Amino acid sequence: MHQLELKNITKTFGSVVANNNVSLTLDQGEILSLLGENGCGKTTLMNMIAGIYYPDSGSILINGEEVSIHSPIDAFKYGIGMIHQHFKLVDVFSATENIVLGYKDQEKFNIKKAAAKVKEIADKYGFIIDPRKKIYDMSVSEKQTVEIVKVLYRGANILILDEPTAVLTPQETKKLFDVLRKMKEDGKSIIIITHKLNEVMEISDRVAVLRKGEYIGSVNSKETTESQLTEMMVGKKIELNIERTEPKGCVDRLIVNNLTTIKEDGLLGVDHVSFTARSGEILGIAGIAGSGQKELLEAIAGLAKIKEGSLDYIEPHSGEWVDLCSKNPRQIRDLGVRLAFVPEDRLGMGLVGNMDLVDNVMLRSYEKGRPVILDRKTPGKLTDQIVKDLEVVTDSVHTPVRRLSGGNVQKVLVGREIASVPKVLMAAYPVRGLDINSSYLIYNLLNKEKETGSAVIFVGEDLDVLLALSDRLLVLNGGKVTGIVDARTVTKEEVGLLMTKTVESTVEE
Amino acid sequence: MAREHKEPLFHIVKRMNMGGTSKVAIRIVSILIGLIIGAIFVVALSPTSHNFFGFFGSMVSGISSTPRRLWLFLLEGSLLLGVSIALVPAFKMKFWNLGGNGQILVGCLATCAVMFYLGGKLPDPALWPIMLVASVLAGAIWALIPALFKAFFKTNESLFTLMLNYIAAILIGYFISLWYPTGTGSMSPLPHGALPTLGNTPFGKYFLPTIIFFIVAIAIYFYLRFSKHGYELSVVGESENTARYIGINVKVVTIRTMILSGALCGLVGFILSGAVHQMMSVNMDSNMGFTGIMVAWLSHFNPAVMILIAYFVTFVTRGMSQVNTDFGFTDEKLSSVISGIIFFLLIASEFFVSYRIVWRADIQKVMDKIAYPFVKACDSTDSLIKTIKVKLTTKKQPAKKEAE
Amino acid sequence: MVEFFFQAIGIAVIFLLGCVGETLTEKSGHLNLGIPGIMCVGAAGGILGVVVANNANGFLSILLAVIFAAVFAAIAGGIYAFLTVTLRCNQNVTGLALTIFGNGFSSVFINNIIKIEGDSGHGAMLSEAGNKFFLAHLPFSDLLGWFGKIFLGHGVLIYVAIAIAVVAAIVLRFTRIGLNLRAVGESPATADAAGINVTAYKYSFILIGSAIAGLGGMLYVMQLMHGIVGAELAGTVEGIGWLCVALVIFTLWKPALAILGSFIFGALYIFPSFLNVFFPDATFTFAQLKLFPLIPYVATIIVLVVTSIIGNKENQAPAALGLSYFREDR
Repeated sequence: MHQLELKNITKTFGSVVANNNVSLTLDQGEILSLLGENGCGKTTLMNMIAGIYYPDSGSILINGEEVSIHSPIDAFKYGIGMIHQHFKLVDVFSATENIVLGYKDQEKFNIKKAAAKVKEIADKYGFIIDPRKKIYDMSVSEKQTVEIVKVLYRGANILILDEPTAVLTPQETKKLFDVLRKMKEDGKSIIIITHKLNEVMEISDRVAVLRKGEYIGSVNSKETTESQLTEMMVGKKIELNIERTEPKGCVDRLIVNNLTTIKEDGLLGVDHVSFTARSGEILGIAGIAGSGQKELLEAIAGLAKIKEGSLDYIEPHSGEWVDLCSKNPRQIRDLGVRLAFVPEDRLGMGLVGNMDLVDNVMLRSYEKGRPVILDRKTPGKLTDQIVKDLEVVTDSVHTPVRRLSGGNVQKVLVGREIASVPKVLMAAYPVRGLDINSSYLIYNLLNKEKETGSAVIFVGEDLDVLLALSDRLLVLNGGKVTGIVDARTVTKEEVGLLMTKTVESTVEE
Repeated sequence: MAREHKEPLFHIVKRMNMGGTSKVAIRIVSILIGLIIGAIFVVALSPTSHNFFGFFGSMVSGISSTPRRLWLFLLEGSLLLGVSIALVPAFKMKFWNLGGNGQILVGCLATCAVMFYLGGKLPDPALWPIMLVASVLAGAIWALIPALFKAFFKTNESLFTLMLNYIAAILIGYFISLWYPTGTGSMSPLPHGALPTLGNTPFGKYFLPTIIFFIVAIAIYFYLRFSKHGYELSVVGESENTARYIGINVKVVTIRTMILSGALCGLVGFILSGAVHQMMSVNMDSNMGFTGIMVAWLSHFNPAVMILIAYFVTFVTRGMSQVNTDFGFTDEKLSSVISGIIFFLLIASEFFVSYRIVWRADIQKVMDKIAYPFVKACDSTDSLIKTIKVKLTTKKQPAKKEAE
Repeated sequence: MVEFFFQAIGIAVIFLLGCVGETLTEKSGHLNLGIPGIMCVGAAGGILGVVVANNANGFLSILLAVIFAAVFAAIAGGIYAFLTVTLRCNQNVTGLALTIFGNGFSSVFINNIIKIEGDSGHGAMLSEAGNKFFLAHLPFSDLLGWFGKIFLGHGVLIYVAIAIAVVAAIVLRFTRIGLNLRAVGESPATADAAGINVTAYKYSFILIGSAIAGLGGMLYVMQLMHGIVGAELAGTVEGIGWLCVALVIFTLWKPALAILGSFIFGALYIFPSFLNVFFPDATFTFAQLKLFPLIPYVATIIVLVVTSIIGNKENQAPAALGLSYFREDR
């Protein structure tokens, strides 16, 4: 008898099948990794166990008994607790308040007693937590700790962690894994969602793999290899086949020196970053999520508050240095600097979801032409061109972009940015959530820009892609540059080390 | 299986796209339900008449039995349209301008101040432009104040503008008392500065003030749809992040748009005081600032729909005055009750436009049967409209297609 | 001076009830601009209660007034709750519609009451017995001089009002229900994930808040107007209602602070009537007197601006205020 068993679970959202006939088991005292690429339905599946969604068909069994989980409260009743990737915490509450929120024990409500109990749980498993600290004062890993203690406080036996290490430093990850091991010894069962193979091997007893919403199989961690897992995860092995030409006629185009920026919450965005981007070359930027990639690109695009350092663009014809510090995007444009930026948040920043394709395409150029009255004709032609060249699938150019699929949204955005014939092109995670074909289209577009002499800055998350596409690779960690290397000669392991290297302390492991 | 019973009765999902006919039909149905509830309400309470259908007759005669009534109906609808269209730019920017009432009132105040202080000293035609500029400026300033604080300190604009309504009303009371220290707190029409009319018939009196807001509505429509300013404010309203990314100065757009919004409300005040009443009072705004919000919101900022809704609301208000007489009531506020009910239903109908109820499988079957004729009718109308549209466009552009 | 403080407290409790009602509603994430209308409806309900009690005895009058006011207001609040919680309609638009409706409804209602009860020139005079009971003050208040008059000289409902505010403050601050409610208003998704029934909390506190605000409307008629029902009533109550909405901001969403804040508003509200007490030598023209009602509105604007400039995380509106919650939004 398994502690938790899923039988033939199917869940659809509209026409999208998120999970198709998935079956899965979890035994007591086991750490199970749920492995799969982005968008393969891992989180949806777990959300059904946690009571966020309700399956369309199939059944969930706890200790052999069929149960019906309609809400998170039902899930708690069966001892299931989920730690979501986006923390569900109330900002203005203290740690304890968040932990006891929604929990009905038989005792009278007493926040002080609860705080003592929180402390007790923390000590048992080796967490460090200040029960009275407010969430808005906490770091990401502290918030995660609160989430885990919250679940334990309710006496959960089955813990589900959705990509817990994505936001953690290596040291924090190590601490988290220590805690998880202690929980396992204590008899708790744990499911950890991840797509990082090394972690899978390190922490889990067993690995279950999902691909495109379907259950592929499960293997014991000790009896498998990373390459076998990869194969299960992606299907047939995909050899990255990105053409990379030798950079030609490289000249310095953008010089960043000792740049330090301040985020809206007052913390440092990037910390004394220096590098040069050259024409005819792709500069890849690697780093674990939230290492300052977004802040760096936004600073160059004129969207961040710069504390110190310099940012200079070198005019291709005259060789003149143009200072970009403390200029907003419009001022940068007015200076004649041809800077294109494909931001990470496509519909929240790069495009306006409720506007149609034409109106989105003219975002960059609407000021041109006659005064006062908009010119939609020229952008209209450009839109037709983009739709044709990049094979954007859409009913018409007057469809709101939010109705397009992710890949087509990205094509519109990249198409618009490239249309300005940029001298510097920055792209943040341009292939995130895209299928293979669209991804390759984007890679090719970046390569084409490089060949026409743009300085391309490419922020990616997939190391293989970064290594195959870039000419040079800049690695960020904690807002600092930990290395700039030649992407042709460097190994994946070396980059991995740089990504986790902290500048103050020595390299771990 | 025990599980079957535990499945919730229904759940709600977002609708991606609803056919145009269904959208219209849902709204018409809710308006009709509202009117029927209103009729039942009135007939049940009426001390004199119990004629259910007489209610609708009275409503219609309330707006059309005499030319004067008809023109008052046209005028009031147009004023409401003016206020609604004035609020649209602000709303498109997600700026909750609840200060329409106050902005109208300061417009009235500025107009009357010019008429009072300069009337008789300058010839009337010279007064008119001064009145116009003063009222538009006053409305603009009344909107500018909260806009500045919103832009620089993120001060909550809805509550700020709300407070300014009361301040405007108090200022009107103050000036009336200042000008007529011995009076009763109300004002009689000022002798100078009345805006020109086309004669003394209802048409002559009311045509110009009526037509002006249709012109304004069309102008604003074009401003929003085809001007660079309009485009910028839609971007700011949809996503401030995108606006920043493009380099649109959000503060400038906020302030500029609110000045426009307030200025147009001021213009309504100018027409009210200058053309219609030649005086002012603390409730001259007739709450149009609030009603206008609902009209603007319910019409989804579509100017054609806005005209319809503005006139429908006016139809209820003016029609109810006749209902009052015919059914033996003495309450002018009865119209607020009826229009309140209709507003509730119209607001509720928005839900059915943007969400869909998915019933538990067994109930869904029943529901489908009930809704089937309705859905079918709407769908066939939709496809009919589509075919007509396709036919029209293919007729229009065959040459173009061949050229390609 | 004693009279000034006495009257300030008299009006303050009306602000207090409206403000506490709106605060509880806003804590659930709903900006209810219908509160002014709900207070009007509450006033109408209170009047009906007194009329139904028909001079039987004071206690019954007061009891029926309270029940009718609370139920009427809760029904009005129920319309708002259904539209904004279940149908997820825009809160501002729904609230304004409710205020238009509530004002109209109570105007019509009051007009009919005046017709039935007879107009004494300033409106209808309601139930003598009830009225006496509404105004009956605590024992000993006559013995304690100014202290007795200011603090003990009020009708019993005024103490009930203060008790409601204190209870609301305690519930919000120290109980599980309060914690859950605050979570619903700050982040409904979080509350939902924690197993809190978001819809039930929203409904409950919109209804409770409305009922409390409705009592405020009722108190205005029975306490402040001494049971005299005039045609102007709905308009005045609506005006007070808007001040209550402002007062919520003024008191930073804290019912305990609302006790102090409402007293300040009460004092400002009646200040113009006491000018000769404060400035015995000054004379004001008829017009100048008309400017004094500006003070509370200007004061609120100042608080609004000051708090937004300071921008402390703790003293802000609930984070999800004004937003509809839809679980399957993804």
